Amino acid sequence: MATMRRETVQAWLLVLPALLLLVAFTHWPAVATVLDSLFSTPRGSRPAHFVGLDNYAALMDDPVFWTALHNNAVYAAATIPASVILALAMALAVNTAIPGRPLLRMAYFTPTMLPMIAVANIWLFFFTPDYGLFDSIAAWFGLGRHNWLGDTATALPAMIAVAVWKEAGFFMIFYLAALQAMPPDLAEAANLEGSSRWNFFRRVTLPLLMPTTLFVLVNASINAFRLVDHVVVMTRGGPDNATTLLLYYIYETGFRFWDSSMAATLTVVLLALLGLLAWLQFGVLGKRVHYR
Amino acid sequence: MPAPTSRRALLTGAAALAGAAPILAAPLLTAPAIAQSKVEIEFYFPVAVGGPITKIIDGYAADFMKAHPDIKVTPVYAGSYVDTLTKAVTASKAGRGPQLAVLLSVDAYSLIDDELILPFDQLATTAEDKAWLAGFYPAFMRNGQIDGHTWGIPFQRSTIVMYYNKAAFQDSGLDPEKAPATWAENTAFAEKLTRREGDRTTRWGIQIPASGFPYWLFQALAIEAGAELANANGTKVNYNDPGAVEALQYWLDLATKQKVHPPGVVDWGTTPRDFLEGKVAMIWTTTGNLSNIRANAKFPFGVAMLPAQKRRGSPTGGGNFHLFKSASPAQQAASLTFLKWITSPERAAQWGIDTGYVATSPAAWQTPAMKAYLAGFPAAAVARDQLEFAVPELSTHDNQRVTQALNDELQAVLTGRKAPKAALDAAQANATRLLRPYAR
Repeated sequence: MATMRRETVQAWLLVLPALLLLVAFTHWPAVATVLDSLFSTPRGSRPAHFVGLDNYAALMDDPVFWTALHNNAVYAAATIPASVILALAMALAVNTAIPGRPLLRMAYFTPTMLPMIAVANIWLFFFTPDYGLFDSIAAWFGLGRHNWLGDTATALPAMIAVAVWKEAGFFMIFYLAALQAMPPDLAEAANLEGSSRWNFFRRVTLPLLMPTTLFVLVNASINAFRLVDHVVVMTRGGPDNATTLLLYYIYETGFRFWDSSMAATLTVVLLALLGLLAWLQFGVLGKRVHYR
Repeated sequence: MPAPTSRRALLTGAAALAGAAPILAAPLLTAPAIAQSKVEIEFYFPVAVGGPITKIIDGYAADFMKAHPDIKVTPVYAGSYVDTLTKAVTASKAGRGPQLAVLLSVDAYSLIDDELILPFDQLATTAEDKAWLAGFYPAFMRNGQIDGHTWGIPFQRSTIVMYYNKAAFQDSGLDPEKAPATWAENTAFAEKLTRREGDRTTRWGIQIPASGFPYWLFQALAIEAGAELANANGTKVNYNDPGAVEALQYWLDLATKQKVHPPGVVDWGTTPRDFLEGKVAMIWTTTGNLSNIRANAKFPFGVAMLPAQKRRGSPTGGGNFHLFKSASPAQQAASLTFLKWITSPERAAQWGIDTGYVATSPAAWQTPAMKAYLAGFPAAAVARDQLEFAVPELSTHDNQRVTQALNDELQAVLTGRKAPKAALDAAQANATRLLRPYAR
């Protein structure tokens, strides 16, 4: 009995440093955020007081919150599949023996190495009306100017394009690693059987890539809610909140409007949303993934 | 760096003691000995225009310390205006804030509501101090005058002016020395200046940027149409005043009816560049861009006051010095000495020449340096002359959120999603709801 108790104590002591860090920097802030969302924002000499679910009720009445949620849904629905499919296509392309392969791999990976702020500034030039890259190209074909970032219809698609461009190269690396690890005898066997390339891809390559796909999907979903640096640089949520994403709205509420309770409330909503997504991906999709 | 920090904390504590001593009728005879140590003040400043601003500010601090060896000033570059506010407020709430910070003059209400800053009038009580406070342009003081106190000392202040391309005026048969003086002229000139090739426009007549903070440029139009967007004590807005509706309709018509202004939301940052590239003949932007445009324009350009509808007008803009509550009495006195030094006519004139900001006192414009500068570059005086018509920048309690309500609706109108009246009614309703707790 005594040795067992000692072992238990020992085990806890070993876990303690990691546990302390985890509690201090992950769990406690999360709990504090939930608590803060139940109190009013302290201002000057007026301290915070308990308001229950008032902040959540106010959030439901906030049209900008719904706009941000809608924008984020569109942003996620577009960036996740687009960046994953593009990453897979790029990985398949640079996995075959073609001349200049290292160069091509590097070119695909470059956007990932650049800081998002730099990327946003480059794209700011691409999107500039009249003399920006896109309008210069359009001018050769006799097309007129486009105010890409100043039009509510094109501002969010512009943000999506930047995010896909930035992310696809990163995900490509994972697909490329998975493709390289695939035993070549599978392809040889399929060749002997006379299977078509498409059939081989659909029946063999794709299922074997499923663990990678799940990992990439999880990352892409997190990034769809986390990547807002380019919004800050390029549009600041405008025009008329057309590019306001949830995290950007949290930042604005917290550090521009100084409404820390409302920012906490928004954070709780975002956490719940991400939790739901993770549960869906691991719980539902995860069961259908074929692990070797 | 725990060691220097704690040492500074100690010093600050000592300074506080030294400063408090005379007030407590100097009960300790050791007080003069402690007072020998330096008083340290730290101030945060933003950089919002081009040029080597940090170098200039560091130079000022060094010069000041040479003249006042008993005071140590540490300038801290803190990013954009928003970044600087964020850093100053969070640091102050954590008890380690700066004593001084240059922040947007319109954020005064938020700083007062959060009980973070001190009024200067309770500190500047001698006749000389009062004369110093009275020496600034009244237009620059108004944003900082709230509830009978003075909370801000003007420093990097600006207004909106029109820059126009004189070469374009000439090739359009306009007099290059005569900028539009009224809205009607403004439209007529813009129509003449616009160049079209088929359905493409190769040069726009006019451009008023609307990204980021469209309320500021809109306020100029609203003032000209006779509207006051907010009341003097920041508790009520008049976003849907008939003058404001007229102003927004005018702006929209330039783009959709006369088609002399690019459609949609024009970017603030690229507007000077569009002008320098010759893509637009007249632009509205801050006086802070003067040095940039002067250095890069390959054509003769003019600077003019904004045109009038009912009256001329422009809001003021830019940053004031604010004094934080964390300052000990000794630091408050040192801060006052520093502010009086940095806003002195010679310094204010030099700062204006170096940056394009408007020198903050009439005395600064009478200095030899400024007179010599104006002789070579008369356009620099336009912003000063416009001050006569200037109105304080839109500022209310919960300022950022109340102006954001207007920003969103302005952009909705300019992108063609709402009609001016409906949009401004919505902005008014939204702002009124936000201001309800402050209505007295």
